[in-house]
Amino acid sequence: MQIFLNGKAREVEAATLDAALNALGFRDAVVATALNGRFVAKGARPATTLAEGDTIEVVAPLQGG
Amino acid sequence: MSFYGVDLSSRLLLGTARYPSPAILAEAVKASGAEVVTVSLRRESGAQRAGQAFWSFIRELGVRVLPNTAGCHSVKEAVTTAHMARELFDTPWIKLEVIGESDTLQPDVFGLVEAARILAEDGFEVFPYTTEDLVVADRLVQAGCRVLMPWGAPIGSARGLNNLYGLKALRAHFPDIPLVVDAGIGVPSHAAAAMELGYDAVLLNTAVAEAGDPAGMARAFALAIEAGRLAFLAQPLEPRDMAAPSTPVIGKAVLGG
Repeated sequence: MQIFLNGKAREVEAATLDAALNALGFRDAVVATALNGRFVAKGARPATTLAEGDTIEVVAPLQGG
Repeated sequence: MSFYGVDLSSRLLLGTARYPSPAILAEAVKASGAEVVTVSLRRESGAQRAGQAFWSFIRELGVRVLPNTAGCHSVKEAVTTAHMARELFDTPWIKLEVIGESDTLQPDVFGLVEAARILAEDGFEVFPYTTEDLVVADRLVQAGCRVLMPWGAPIGSARGLNNLYGLKALRAHFPDIPLVVDAGIGVPSHAAAAMELGYDAVLLNTAVAEAGDPAGMARAFALAIEAGRLAFLAQPLEPRDMAAPSTPVIGKAVLGG
């Protein structure tokens, strides 16, 4: 199915957020996630199922003022 | 000085953005003596994983982090970003920015108060980036903020303290709330001036990061902030309109003329 990862269309076969992150190159990465604009805690990712057209935001630490 | 029960000896909080290199950032943090640095969150690429390297780097600095919600223009965005930051950085601290105007990066104080209330109720320890407005400050305290961070001038403008009178009034109205001047500081004398007003700390970034020698400037700021603090504790004079001779007049020799 098609999802939008950080604004870009991607095809994933994974059914859950956790599995999608692993498939998209974020295995073991320190990241935080939001699905359709809502925060999804790390512990809730395996039970969070994805649907066609979902938007996923994946963020990591960066420089800031 | 303490923020939410955390005692700190340095009164300089330093941003981590815009340095020429990570090595220079590390030198500047060291030279500043800062115990708290601000960090942010940005989209991570699964291929590049740039954030992973930055996170290891920051952890090696051995300082406390204050994540921000920079760039957020709505309450929802800021609240979601705060949740992501809390999980990622494992801290309840959040520098809350809700930007209301893109030329001045002026805070949207209405959204700020709302977001602060939501986050404080959820256990966050909020450091709101606000203006010097007393009524807004009062609302933020009512919302649960135990630190206030009024701007000196617009972010990155290097204009110093735009409203000295307003900042003074804020200090007088909130004697027991830690107050941090955040944003607009250009040179060490601006930071010293904030400290002479009795402010508890100064948060700055660009003034150090974009100086010709960031580590040298970090050290200059550290000294200015310490000097300003010592001056405040020593109770500075108030300006007056008329001259007052510092040398005693009585006993002066009468030499004619």
